[in-house]
Amino acid sequence: MFSVLTDNWDLFGQGFWTTIKLFLISGVLSLVLGTLLGTFRVSPVPALRGVGTGYVNILRNTPLTLVFAFLVFGAPKMNIELPSFFWSAVVALTIYTSAFICEVVRSGINTIPPGQTEAGRAIGMSFIQVLSVIVLPQAFRAIQPPLMSVLIALLKNTTIAAGFSVAEAGAIPAAMAERGENQMLTLVWITIGFLILIVPLIFLQRWAERRTAVA
Amino acid sequence: MSALYDVPGPRAQLRNRVLNVVVILLVAGAVAWVVYRLNATGQFESRRWVQFQYTAIQRQLLDGLLNTLKAAGLAAVLAMIMGAVFAAARISDHKWVRVPATFVVELFRAIPLLILMFFFYYGSLQYHLGLTPFWAVVFGLTLYNGSVLAEIFRAGIAAVPKGQREASYAIGLRKNQVVRLVLLPQAISAMLPAIVSQLVVLLKDTALGFIITYAELLYVAKQMGGRLQYGFPYIPTYIVVAVIYIGLCSLLSLLARYLEGRSRRRRKITGAPPPSAAEAATSAEAPL
Repeated sequence: MFSVLTDNWDLFGQGFWTTIKLFLISGVLSLVLGTLLGTFRVSPVPALRGVGTGYVNILRNTPLTLVFAFLVFGAPKMNIELPSFFWSAVVALTIYTSAFICEVVRSGINTIPPGQTEAGRAIGMSFIQVLSVIVLPQAFRAIQPPLMSVLIALLKNTTIAAGFSVAEAGAIPAAMAERGENQMLTLVWITIGFLILIVPLIFLQRWAERRTAVA
Repeated sequence: MSALYDVPGPRAQLRNRVLNVVVILLVAGAVAWVVYRLNATGQFESRRWVQFQYTAIQRQLLDGLLNTLKAAGLAAVLAMIMGAVFAAARISDHKWVRVPATFVVELFRAIPLLILMFFFYYGSLQYHLGLTPFWAVVFGLTLYNGSVLAEIFRAGIAAVPKGQREASYAIGLRKNQVVRLVLLPQAISAMLPAIVSQLVVLLKDTALGFIITYAELLYVAKQMGGRLQYGFPYIPTYIVVAVIYIGLCSLLSLLARYLEGRSRRRRKITGAPPPSAAEAATSAEAPL
């Protein structure tokens, strides 16, 4: 049982390292893009709201695998070359995940009591100031639990990159098949690897949930 | 929404209008760039689109779509059953039922869906179980979505006001009756939007079948896109497929939103208590 892991340590180590890199890079990028889109959706400019709404409605109803397929097989046909499959995966995950983060941010902004923003405006703050100094800092505390769910889903979604030539954890079974190793044990070890990554995130989420429930 | 900014005065109105035009121009510019790019690389050439006129190709697309719907439909039914069974187990009074059920639900929610499908796919190859990729997709979807639905069912039942349960016990109903006659009928209307949203997720996730060679819509699209004689029409094919996926999922999403609006209206009419914090948390939890 253990030899499957120890004999192929190189494969597992590199695979999970790539998974973690994918997760961290696309996580940060989607947080930035998602927050930006979230502010679009509450802005006073109708066109910006339209952009945000359209983006969310389209991406939330598109399978992530299709986004991947379009970027990997379609984009090169219109001469858009990304540096590597890894970066195609980062872009696909970011485009998809930011739609969900946008929704979380928007619902978080809506939980802020109107008195807060009214007070901000009363002392002469602009929309941007109200948003960045008063609303978003409070909203981010309220949305930590749903935000963690989105990030957990992102971590699990990185496995889809395996279908598109990225050698991350999801691609280990195919490589192990070439080495003639036991597939089921390989999958058990991959599952354990993912649990090691995800369980701390789940506990972090529960903790944030309890903390915000009290506040 | 309006709480974030004052009702715009003349200056703000002007500024918003200018910004509006700028944004529209930017979006139009982006669209124009994409169209230009597509046109410059010949993606609108008729040789890349001509295959969609052939009935054989249309039938192939339709078969792919039917395979997608078949897997989604079967998995949805199985996931509902699994969700009901595990939700019932999770609210059981017996610890030896509750604890394993909780463990199973938490485990399958934490494992990436693709890995779940791999278990059936590679397991079948290794032990010669004769499971086709179709079953790998269906079982994978069932285990994951069944666990999520179990959570939705459980949370829905828990969100029914406590007084309902206490009153039912007070008039001497057994637990089975309390849940079946009092809690479930009230919980279901509240849960319906979340259930339909989860079905959207399930439908989208059938596209993972592409990776384990199940001939669903995306898999068919890859084959069509790879045809040399039509100039590798990946982009035209993906545009067609994207329209199908987005159309189907949007319809389901609209249904979910309609149901949500309806249950909210009903709550207002009957004067029932506003949705509890737990309910708000589950509805804010974006299904992925």
